[in-house]
Amino acid sequence: MNLKTTAPTDPLIIAGKSYGSRLLTGTGKYRDFDETRAASLAAGAEIVTVAIRRVNIGQDPSAPSLIDALPPGEFTLLPNTAGCYNAADAVRTCKLARELLDGHRLVKLEVLGDQKTLFPDVVETLKAAEELVADGFEVMVYTSDDPILAKRLEQIGCVAVMPLAAPIGSGLGIQNRYNLLEIIENAKVPIIVDAGVGTASDAAIAMELGCDGVLMNTAIAGARDPVLMAHAMKLAIQAGRAAFRAGRIPRKRYASASSPIDGTIG
Amino acid sequence: MAVVPVAAGMRHRARLSRPPPVKRDASRYNVRMQIILNGQPRDCDSATSVARLLEQAGYAGRRVAVELNQEIVPRSRHDSQLLADGDRLEIVHAIGGG
Repeated sequence: MNLKTTAPTDPLIIAGKSYGSRLLTGTGKYRDFDETRAASLAAGAEIVTVAIRRVNIGQDPSAPSLIDALPPGEFTLLPNTAGCYNAADAVRTCKLARELLDGHRLVKLEVLGDQKTLFPDVVETLKAAEELVADGFEVMVYTSDDPILAKRLEQIGCVAVMPLAAPIGSGLGIQNRYNLLEIIENAKVPIIVDAGVGTASDAAIAMELGCDGVLMNTAIAGARDPVLMAHAMKLAIQAGRAAFRAGRIPRKRYASASSPIDGTIG
Repeated sequence: MAVVPVAAGMRHRARLSRPPPVKRDASRYNVRMQIILNGQPRDCDSATSVARLLEQAGYAGRRVAVELNQEIVPRSRHDSQLLADGDRLEIVHAIGGG
C-alpha cells in the first residue's frame, strides 16, 4: 500500500474541518516562545491550545506575544478554559476567546473540580457545554473517562470528546484502556485523549486503541529535550494510528510458528 | 514609656485641628472615578472610553479582548463605549497553556 497516497485519505475531521495531524499540543510550560514554536513544529501539530488570561497591567505591553510565535494563519488556535472551576467562568472565558480571535468558534472546554487531581467537574462541564453549544461554539470537551458522560456530551453537540487517560500532567500513561475503548466504540465524534500521556509509547497505545487523536502538553514541554520529544510523539501518533488501521493480530496464549511447518529437513 | 504615646497623641490632635487643605472643586474640572481593572482599582477620568483606557495602559492596537461588567465589548465598540464609576473591566490576551 502506498503510504503517500493513503496519508491524506485519513484526516482527522473536527467540526467539518480536516486536519492532517492527529497530535494536538499545548503551549504551556515552555522556556520561551522560540521553544514553544520549535516544539509545535516538530510535533507537526496543526491545533495548539492557548490559555486566556488577564494582561499584566504595568508590564511592557509591546513584549512579544504567543500569537506572534504561533500565528493563527499557520496554526489553529484552540483557546481553553483551563483554570476555570465553574460553568460561568468557562463560558465567559470562551466568549473572551471568541472576541480575541475574531469570531473563532472552536474552543476547548475544561471545568476543573479539584486542585489536587485536576479531575473535571462533570456537572459544571455539562452545564457549560450546553450553554456554549447553544451560543454557536464548537466545543471540544475535556472530561472524565466515563462512557455514559462521554455519550451525553456528544448528544449535547460537542464536536469532540476528550477523556483523560490519567491526571493532567501526571505522565502516568493510559490507565483506563477499557473505558477508552467503550467510549471510542460508542462515539460518532472524534475521541481525543487529553491528559496523562508521559512518553511516546503511551501516545501509540492511545492511537492503537482507536483514539482519533491525542492532546498533550507536559509530556513534551517537561521533557529534557522538548523538541526531540515532540518529534518522538509525532512518530508515535503516526505509528499507533497506522497500527490501528492495519488491524493487530489477536492475542494468543501459545506460540504460532512464523516459518512453514512443512518441508523441514530431518 | 508612658511619655511617648502622650506626645504622639498630642501631635495627632494638633494635626486634626488644622484646617483641611484647600482642594479644587473636582466637579468643575475632570471628575475622577474609580474602576476595577483586572481585579485592581484604577483611577481614571470620567467619560474615559475603552479605547482611551487601552491606550493609557499601552494596549492600543494589541490583540486583546475586553469584557465590561461580564459583557464582551467588541473591538468595534471600543471607541464609543464609555466607562462609569465602579465598572469592572477585564482585558485579556492569549498565553501559553494546555
